[in-house]
Amino acid sequence: MEKGMNLKLKIWRQKNTNEQGKIVEYPVSNVSPDMSFLEMIDVLNDSLVAKGEEPVAFDHDCREGICGMCSMFINGEAHGPNRGVTTCQLHMRSFKEGETIYIEPWRSEAFPVIKDLMVDRGAFDRIQQAGGFVSVNTSGRTLDANAIPIPKEDADKAFDAATCIGCGACAATCPNGSAMLFVAAKVSQFALLPQGQVERKERVLNMVKQMDEEGFGNCSNIGACEVQCPKNISIEVIARMNREYLMANVKPEN
Amino acid sequence: MAKGLFGSSLMKKFWMALTGIFLITFLVVHCLINAMIFFDDGGMTFNKWAHFMGTNLIIRTMEIVLFLGLILHIVDGLMLYFQNRRARPVKYAYEKASASSTWYSRSMALLGTLILLFLILHLYHFWLKTRITGLTVEPSHIFFDGHRYEDLFSEMKFVFKHLWVVIVYVLGCISLFWHLLHGFRSAFQSLGFNYTKYKSTIAFMGDAFSVIIPSIFAAMPVALYTGWIQ
Ligand code: SF4
Ligand code: FES
Repeated sequence: MEKGMNLKLKIWRQKNTNEQGKIVEYPVSNVSPDMSFLEMIDVLNDSLVAKGEEPVAFDHDCREGICGMCSMFINGEAHGPNRGVTTCQLHMRSFKEGETIYIEPWRSEAFPVIKDLMVDRGAFDRIQQAGGFVSVNTSGRTLDANAIPIPKEDADKAFDAATCIGCGACAATCPNGSAMLFVAAKVSQFALLPQGQVERKERVLNMVKQMDEEGFGNCSNIGACEVQCPKNISIEVIARMNREYLMANVKPEN
Repeated sequence: MAKGLFGSSLMKKFWMALTGIFLITFLVVHCLINAMIFFDDGGMTFNKWAHFMGTNLIIRTMEIVLFLGLILHIVDGLMLYFQNRRARPVKYAYEKASASSTWYSRSMALLGTLILLFLILHLYHFWLKTRITGLTVEPSHIFFDGHRYEDLFSEMKFVFKHLWVVIVYVLGCISLFWHLLHGFRSAFQSLGFNYTKYKSTIAFMGDAFSVIIPSIFAAMPVALYTGWIQ
């Protein structure tokens, strides 16, 4: 194999939530085009550790696009320049030799930076806890979910919404800092299924309330979220949430 | 209840959409009536319609509703703008916003402000004079068919004698074009109309509306300034 790529990284370094951070420049060399973006940072971190410097802190877990942890704003875009992928699924062949790459954490009032590129996405957990669930009685004779007939189209739409991995790219990308795509995906997923009907109205009311309390911005239908979402979730879910919310306000009881 | 109606982010969004659609319907009426000047009959038809609009009780009541709708749209828009700025206190060092959205969808507050600035001048030129101070032109009234009409057409010709006024009006129409290009379809999305089957129809209607209405409006000062209409 020929020699690896040389890159100039401009990475956000911040000690902790309270301290001021700044962009620090790091050159990296010998990067294979077949590496994933996270492996490239691993290479950088190895060299930092060898020099006795503090490695760059970043979140990751599955490294296969399903956990939603690898939140990074790469060259001005959430999860980097490719569409429908997370940072861990982004490969260095998407960059040019000698390129300067900016790497920043999600910027949102509701996602405080913990350290370097790691942010606290607890706001999403609290929104989920406010209503992103169905209460199913698990004791005694439970009904097999497969025994409930569901129209194919609804099942597909619910599944599309359910592919949201809660990564936060939508809120990080939105020029208004709005988390509508995430919340709407969670609301839609249940609104379309029979199991979600019992809590349908209070779910949307409570989740929107929590979303507002967390300090996210207001949606103005710019549509950047659906472009940057690694799961290609469409803003159609937002329209559905708007309808759900309107109906729930007109007639709050189920 | 007031908190329920305006408190949440989604409610603000609904009001933005409802007032927006209301203002869009107003634009249609306003544009149709003003387009009467293109009959090129010395403003005869136009003056008759302007007289109707200035004297009909229902229209005058709607004028109050219109102002309220406009104020609500502005206040709601400002609240959204400032809340959204607070949602991202630390900006990105490098943000490639153009990769995922259009500049005009991100600039609705700016475009709205430009339209408002134009509107202040516009209200001064026509609303203030027809409703409060009286027209500047002499004579301010004409007679035909035994009726006395305010000569708003001559007032228009008088206002659009100045090139700078024509330019400001055309710029106002251009701002309106961009504002509508996002606003029209956005309003329907906010109200929840984004079923796949309506989506392309709404988008097409929105684009057509955004081009047609501001173009007709912009043609008016230009036509009067250049003498295309006498
Ligand atoms: S909607 Fe998309 S961008 Fe937003 S949290 Fe879910 S997967 Fe991430
Ligand atoms: S590390 Fe799990 S999605 Fe990227």
